[in-house]
Amino acid sequence: MDQQTLKMLKKEALDTRIKTIGCISSFGSGHIGGAMSIVEVLTYLYYKEMRIDADDPAWKDRDRLVLSKGHSGPSLYATLAKKGFFPMEWLKTLNKGGTNLPSHVDMTKTPGIDFTAGSLGQGISAAVGIALGLRVQNSDAYVYSIVGDGESQEGEVWEAAELAGAQSLDHLIAFTDLNGQQLDGYTEDIIPMHHLKERYETFGWDSYEINGHSFEEIDEAVSKAKSVKGKPHMIIMHTHKSQGYIPGEGIKANHSMTVSLEKAEEAIRALKEREGAV
Amino acid sequence: MSKAREFKNYREVVVGAVSELAREHEDIVFLDSDLSSCITSTSFESEFPSRFINCGIAEANMAAVAAGMSATGLTPFIHSFGCFASRRMYDQVFLSIGYAKRCVHIIGSDPGITAQYNGGTHMPFEDIALYRQIPDFIVLEPSDGESLYELTKQVYFAKKNSYIRTPRKGVEFRYDERTKFEIGKGIELHDGSDVAIIATGAVMVDNAVEAYEILRKEGINATVIDLHTIKPLDTELILKVAKRTGHVIVCENGRYAGGVGEGIAAFLAKNYPVKMDFMCVGERFGEVGNLSYLKEAFGFTGEHLASMCKELIK
Repeated sequence: MDQQTLKMLKKEALDTRIKTIGCISSFGSGHIGGAMSIVEVLTYLYYKEMRIDADDPAWKDRDRLVLSKGHSGPSLYATLAKKGFFPMEWLKTLNKGGTNLPSHVDMTKTPGIDFTAGSLGQGISAAVGIALGLRVQNSDAYVYSIVGDGESQEGEVWEAAELAGAQSLDHLIAFTDLNGQQLDGYTEDIIPMHHLKERYETFGWDSYEINGHSFEEIDEAVSKAKSVKGKPHMIIMHTHKSQGYIPGEGIKANHSMTVSLEKAEEAIRALKEREGAV
Repeated sequence: MSKAREFKNYREVVVGAVSELAREHEDIVFLDSDLSSCITSTSFESEFPSRFINCGIAEANMAAVAAGMSATGLTPFIHSFGCFASRRMYDQVFLSIGYAKRCVHIIGSDPGITAQYNGGTHMPFEDIALYRQIPDFIVLEPSDGESLYELTKQVYFAKKNSYIRTPRKGVEFRYDERTKFEIGKGIELHDGSDVAIIATGAVMVDNAVEAYEILRKEGINATVIDLHTIKPLDTELILKVAKRTGHVIVCENGRYAGGVGEGIAAFLAKNYPVKMDFMCVGERFGEVGNLSYLKEAFGFTGEHLASMCKELIK
């Protein structure tokens, strides 16, 4: 990846983080931890990789993203608003009555959301279905999906994985957000999510393990994945839950947090300072 | 003219209807969960190999996969036994299909006691109640081969999610090839004024017809309704026969709680209260046996229904 692209992606990721904190603070609380840990992959996909058209969100041959960890909507909403799928002001309506931006992503309400999710495990199944549907119709579009590590405790994820492997769905590129935390605490203390890369390989997937906050590593893995034919692809991303929302970094209880407007302002200032953006 | 009579049993009828649609409509795909030989979706696979997916023994995943396929513009028909097509995949059906406003048609085979030798583990009595809960779903239980064939084709054109409750084995044809069926419109087989029997599905419509004959010999004139559509309820017809007879018995091869009977009772309680009774399953699980044993065991016989009618109108 050239330096100019890298610089652009980093700038956009910082901006998305700021808008995500702003979005959640407009409501006063939300799933900030998991929303912040996936900002790099969202930015990479929407700013570099995906074939999309914000003016035609239902375009038949577009690439899709299924956010299977559907509670992480806010950072995807920030990304979609920035890409022009809907007005930026919508970000301030998160979770308010009558909103188009509910806590869990909803394809019937939000332009750019490719599938509804919220009951963990179902999004990845739907992504497999979308990949199958596109293949039946001879489309060359790619389907991306982001799955949580805690979510991967759901049996359905593995049902989806075995079908995708059996069907050789090479236009499915999934990511696991391996941030090591779930609602009740650390996955290590609840159900350890070890050897995910090997697990997917045994299910017939082409699999990678990377730093999910590194654009270079995401880029390398996605590029390699696209060159491997006949297998679905899983990119395990080591990430930090709440990355960039500093009050939530490194703590146990960062799944859903209270984020007041004042707290958000302070957190955004601190983040900009850390990133050298002030 | 319907082609339903070309098929030897319900399973061939329902798959035959989907195949006939699929010849005209390329958006139709069929998903099964390792039960394709049980429902004969193998014939769909032979005819449309690229449009058939065997999802393996993973019903919940199949439901959400179908939802994903529908998001690309395809129209999936999916099959499992009724127990798995309801209890096991319910959250996926509710959320990824219902809430996400997809268009998927679910065939749940072997309803209630027709599960026979598969026994209590496989005997779905609660699927009616579960599917009645999901907004905007069509729920069908046709009572013969003609109505199954025609109504299966109609759900495709309704462009709404649907659940089709059908036995696999055997078939009877109570309607001729020219009969017009309409989703949401029950069929009045007899129009007596003493008591109304509202029945859904083959087992119960058979019982209703048998009870009608028994009662007729005793000078009691029954109305018999084949309620092939469980949802939406044909409230117009229900109200008409309640007013005509003042006595209504609802028969379903399913559980009372949340079932058709409860739905009709709630509607009539609000609009035109009448004396009612219910032939259905209460606080009881299924068990193994052949159909005639199970009909006796659960009280699902025409004779029992006739005596319930007499008791009701006393």
